[in-house]
Amino acid sequence: MKKLLRLFAAALVLTVGLWSTGCDKKEEKKAEFKSAQSGTLKLALDADPKTIDIQEQLSGGMLQFSHWAFDPLVRWSQDMTFEPRLATSWERIDDLTMRFKLRKGVKFHSGNPFTAKDVVFTVKRFRDSADFKGLFEPFEDPIIVDDFTIDFKTKKPYPLMLNMITYVFPLDSKFYSGKDDEGRSKDAVVKVGYSFAKNNVSGTGPFKLVEREHGVKVVMERFADYWDTNSPGNVQKLILTPIKSGATRLASLLSGDVDFIMPAEPQDFSRIKENPNVNLFTYTGGRIITVQMNQKRHEALRNKKVRQAIVYAVNNAGIEEKIMKGTATPAGQMSPKGYQGYKSSLTPRYDLEKAKQLMKEAGYADGFEASMIAPNNRYINDEKIAETFAAMLSKIGIKVNLKTMPKAQYWDEFDRQPADFQMIGWHSDTEDSGNFYEFLSMCPNKETGYGQYNSGNYCNKKVDQMTLAAQTETDSAKRVKMLQDIEQIMYDEAAYVPFHWQNHSYAARKGLNVAAIINTMNFPYIGDLVMK
Amino acid sequence: MFAFAVRRIIQAILVMLVISFIGFAVQYSIGDPVRDMVGIRVSAADREALRDKLGLNDPFMVQYKRFVWNALHGDLGTSYFYSKPTLQIIAQKAPATLELVFATAMIIVLVSMPVGIYTAIYPQKLFSKITMGVSTVGVSFPVFLTAIGLIYLFGVELNWLPSYGRGETVNIGGWETGFLTKDGLLHLILPSISLASIMLPLFIRLIRAEMMEVLETEYIKYAWAKGLTRRRVWLLHAFKNTLLPVITVFGIEIGILFAFTILTETVFQWQGMGFMFYEAVERSDTALLVAYLVVVGVVFVLINTLIDILYGLINPMVRIAGTK
Repeated sequence: MKKLLRLFAAALVLTVGLWSTGCDKKEEKKAEFKSAQSGTLKLALDADPKTIDIQEQLSGGMLQFSHWAFDPLVRWSQDMTFEPRLATSWERIDDLTMRFKLRKGVKFHSGNPFTAKDVVFTVKRFRDSADFKGLFEPFEDPIIVDDFTIDFKTKKPYPLMLNMITYVFPLDSKFYSGKDDEGRSKDAVVKVGYSFAKNNVSGTGPFKLVEREHGVKVVMERFADYWDTNSPGNVQKLILTPIKSGATRLASLLSGDVDFIMPAEPQDFSRIKENPNVNLFTYTGGRIITVQMNQKRHEALRNKKVRQAIVYAVNNAGIEEKIMKGTATPAGQMSPKGYQGYKSSLTPRYDLEKAKQLMKEAGYADGFEASMIAPNNRYINDEKIAETFAAMLSKIGIKVNLKTMPKAQYWDEFDRQPADFQMIGWHSDTEDSGNFYEFLSMCPNKETGYGQYNSGNYCNKKVDQMTLAAQTETDSAKRVKMLQDIEQIMYDEAAYVPFHWQNHSYAARKGLNVAAIINTMNFPYIGDLVMK
Repeated sequence: MFAFAVRRIIQAILVMLVISFIGFAVQYSIGDPVRDMVGIRVSAADREALRDKLGLNDPFMVQYKRFVWNALHGDLGTSYFYSKPTLQIIAQKAPATLELVFATAMIIVLVSMPVGIYTAIYPQKLFSKITMGVSTVGVSFPVFLTAIGLIYLFGVELNWLPSYGRGETVNIGGWETGFLTKDGLLHLILPSISLASIMLPLFIRLIRAEMMEVLETEYIKYAWAKGLTRRRVWLLHAFKNTLLPVITVFGIEIGILFAFTILTETVFQWQGMGFMFYEAVERSDTALLVAYLVVVGVVFVLINTLIDILYGLINPMVRIAGTK
């Protein structure tokens, strides 16, 4: 008994001790909050930028970083219009040419002044990058008119000139030219191995890189000579930490270790909303999630009525509510709202009775068996969506044998087309409808590269024709008509199964005006973030 | 001793060869590293060109030979993701994992020995019964759940301990250590407890079972009859004789601990080799994977060698057998 008492006493002392250290810690937390007021933003991402050479890889993460360390000539605003950045104004000179006036008095982080030379250097360097050279294929090299005027030329009339200019983040040509100590060219774009640009960076952006430990942290400080003195942003120091696990990322926000997390996971939304100290922000994204029905592999999928039945059997709104927890917009077409091809009448058409009816009409009243593959770590809840899709199809008698796999293995499999149903999500690099059709809907053609990700092998000559025509159509009204017609044809023929457009989601502590800096591209403009 | 060392080195080389061969063979099923390197719209031809440049299209044996040849020159390849020599990356990440495993091993040793002995001596006491009950639950609890639970309890709700990362570290001759700062030690608490939670119940039960068995033996009865003190009987005569199987298991389990660091480190964003391995699998960074496997193979051989030496110190019979 005595021993037990002693044990109890010891436990009590221990608890009180821990409690008091806990209190100390809380005071420290308050002190940290003060430092936050002086302008330090701790940001947790699911992964840090792969490299600091912004032309090495074309990915969402790299573009986010580009907006922090660099500035584009023009950028997208929240309402999908173009906002002048390093270009102050632009005008079309002829069908092939657009003239841009460049901002004066802009400095790179290295101290070099920004001129038209840097823009030409940047566009030329795209040609050495496997990721970007395809995107800039329609362009000729830009022509310098004077130090602050530049002409962008395309090979053919090109309606998406400004969309593409959002990718031009001028590099410091002086900084990236010449040879390093070991005689290697500083402008080399290298995927694996050393390159100068992988280890050194000089942009014009709001933040200057101070410290970087790959995969551990990136520290950036506000650039003292930043040109945009009108920006309301007051983040003086940006500390970026990758936290891979969604639950840990949220925990670090809730405990005050970080101020801002992206992305926030759908299953955590209710927790974030319940907590009075943090806010949740979501924004409609442009990534469409679809399933393609391979007409070459499966006899039944060649039948339009079967494809329609499948589309009718999918309850988009149910998936959005139950699986995506409201972080998606149910889709009946590829183009999200705001794109030229978006047609408001093309809505999801869930109707189980109609689906069964169509199956009967097609002669498949008893259903059939089909295989399916989907990734399990590429899109938000991709595996769950695929499982639900299979369950929904079982209601009209289609038995789906689903196999899911990590993205590392998925894309090679996707190309081999081992299954009748294959999931794919797509975000248009050009923020334009045409890009969807070029990759997902045109007849697959190895030589031209069109239809590269059309594993449904849907092929309609009219869609091909109109997609190609839209590439060079500069009359906006005509172009809108073309793109909307394509959506209508694919809707009627049930070319693929649309699910939804993924939303972007972020969470931040109270006092961060995140709502003002997010956009459909998922590039939070942290340079303009106001912290209280 | 010399023969022993030579035998061990040959063994280590063999292990590394086998591991690297297996690693090389399975890398094809992990995925294509080029896919992760480029954006999705890059054409198949451009990807193929990149594969050629990286030598990924060469026949298996050519690639393997090149790997072994370079490895003999101390080069285990270049990571596709980090664009740096794999050994350099592993060396950078190793301290974090080694410190985590060391702290975990300390927790296991310091807790399981007294608790195991106590529960063996007093099996009927309440504390013993609770410990046995809890340890059954502990064994069957997945580590990531323990980890998340700890983070939410101590990191979010109570706000006593940091929820992720290693905290402040001090660099001593290239070794980033978290042992020397208060912040670093605080960051170490939750991950090491989570990791220990997997093995701790096992060791308590093992020590208890062994100890109980020894306590029944004739020589312990004789020791009691001789009128030795309780402390001397328990700790010197009984406990020392339970140690041999415990150390054997410890040697193996330490290796398994390294495997479990993969989960623990991922949850805690602990920048060690386990987390690195997890990410490398996800990115199909096969060069880094193979290098990691080889390095871990070496670590296993080293640990087992150490254990063998320890055996000799504890039980002279093994030493005699070894020198024959």
